[in-house]
Amino acid sequence: MTDDRSFDRRDLLRLGLTAGVASLATACGWQGGPLLPALQGASRLNDWVGEKVFLSNHHLATQYPVTARTPESAFPVYAISRPALPQLTDPAGWALEVGGLVRRPVRLTLEMIQALPKVRYTVKHHCVEGWSAIATWTGAPLSSVVAMVEPTEKAQYLRFDSFDNGYSNGWDLTSAMHPQTILAYAFNDHPLGPAHGAPLRLYSPVKLGYKLTKYLTKVTFTSERHGGYWEDKGYPWLGGV
Amino acid sequence: MTEPTEETETAEPETPAEPAQEPVAVEEPMEPVALEAAAPEPAAAVEEATPPAAKPPPAVPSRRPLVKRHHGLVRLTHWANALALLGLIASGLQIYMGFPHFGDRGHRYFPNPWDGKPFPLQVRLGGWLAGGLNWHFALAWPFVLSGLFYLGYLVFSGEWRSLLFRPRDVPRAWQMQLYYLRLRREHPPQGKHNALQKMAYTSIVLLGALSALTGFAIYKPTELSWLTALFGGYQLARYWHFWAVWIFVAFTLVHVTLVFVVDPASLRAMITGWYRGRFPSHD
Repeated sequence: MTDDRSFDRRDLLRLGLTAGVASLATACGWQGGPLLPALQGASRLNDWVGEKVFLSNHHLATQYPVTARTPESAFPVYAISRPALPQLTDPAGWALEVGGLVRRPVRLTLEMIQALPKVRYTVKHHCVEGWSAIATWTGAPLSSVVAMVEPTEKAQYLRFDSFDNGYSNGWDLTSAMHPQTILAYAFNDHPLGPAHGAPLRLYSPVKLGYKLTKYLTKVTFTSERHGGYWEDKGYPWLGGV
Repeated sequence: MTEPTEETETAEPETPAEPAQEPVAVEEPMEPVALEAAAPEPAAAVEEATPPAAKPPPAVPSRRPLVKRHHGLVRLTHWANALALLGLIASGLQIYMGFPHFGDRGHRYFPNPWDGKPFPLQVRLGGWLAGGLNWHFALAWPFVLSGLFYLGYLVFSGEWRSLLFRPRDVPRAWQMQLYYLRLRREHPPQGKHNALQKMAYTSIVLLGALSALTGFAIYKPTELSWLTALFGGYQLARYWHFWAVWIFVAFTLVHVTLVFVVDPASLRAMITGWYRGRFPSHD
């Protein structure tokens, strides 16, 4: 060993104590305390990078053969209304209201949406929790509805509302215009059931599951960024994958 | 403690009582003395260079020269990386709890001793999934940026030569291993780092790169689908990302243990940049 120790046992003890206190302060399920605003700021920076750097409307999600589908019993079912899944009392009276900062607001019935161009793909679904599952989704591209209503120049964001106990999501316009972002009415080639957002849900392989509003009632074009159910609680706003 | 400023390498701050003597011995032949410090009897070398008249009193042991070992950028990125990594691991363990398995739904999960198991609150950062995610995505920036600054410094300064593990280091690493196993008597000759250190410091940079790349593959599996595919898909990328954690943890335990057991002076060198230890600070 060395004959001259720049660090003796006392220094070692001091270092150990400091490291111990520091690690206790950082861990223990600490959320961030006074650093929370800085974390939210970093999250907004990541939203910007996610939209401006990573997201490309020319890049399509990988498609899988239908044989790669996850068994439906293994595909998780999520809604915030519990224990009963949200269901319409009068399905025939349902229609999607599309409005806000647009020149031609419309009210679309399911038949009208099904008459729009059809997109069908089998893709991997990514949940923020870390699980993934493959399913086939069929619907109308959201971009065709955007073209129909003609948003004004002030429209920068979209807001999606549902009849799932007030669940909603705010979206960027870029992701909304992605060719694989659809208003979906079929899951694995059968009509969407209450487990997956009947009668109509938002679907896109470029977003995490919590951004894909189920049980849709309204699409609103806004100039201000709307948060959303989980986003307002602290989840990343963009949720892009 | 009064540390020397970075310009005055020859200052001898810890023995202010005899200001003239030791610096005389150290001032001119800075590098040779530094190299000789690794020899079994460095004290003799210092005494030889010292004029008899200026010999220090016998009660004061002669000391090794204080040499500059780590550039400020290396020290800054080292500690920034250590802190970021600590937070990334703690928040990563929080995120893991969201779905403590690896593998697609409806398929068999990959082998994992922690499958379905929670990690204790004491090692988690963020409090819940969203908190863990926000910490993780915020700390990924300093982790990646400090890694890039560090690599940039190594390339532009030429320091990479004393750190990169190359084929010629294989037999040297073997000799070093024999020494550690006490199958070889004398410490193999070395420059700033021995061959095993080069192997460790090269591998840990690669592990950092693997962590960052698998991290991006999990972060944007659709938009960076080529990268995700490179790691075998989304769930396998998560899997490799998770295993990198345990290699980092094992590395850190060995790294910190060796600092105290083999070369305690190196801790001061990584904090202040200055080193008074038994190994050379230049190749």
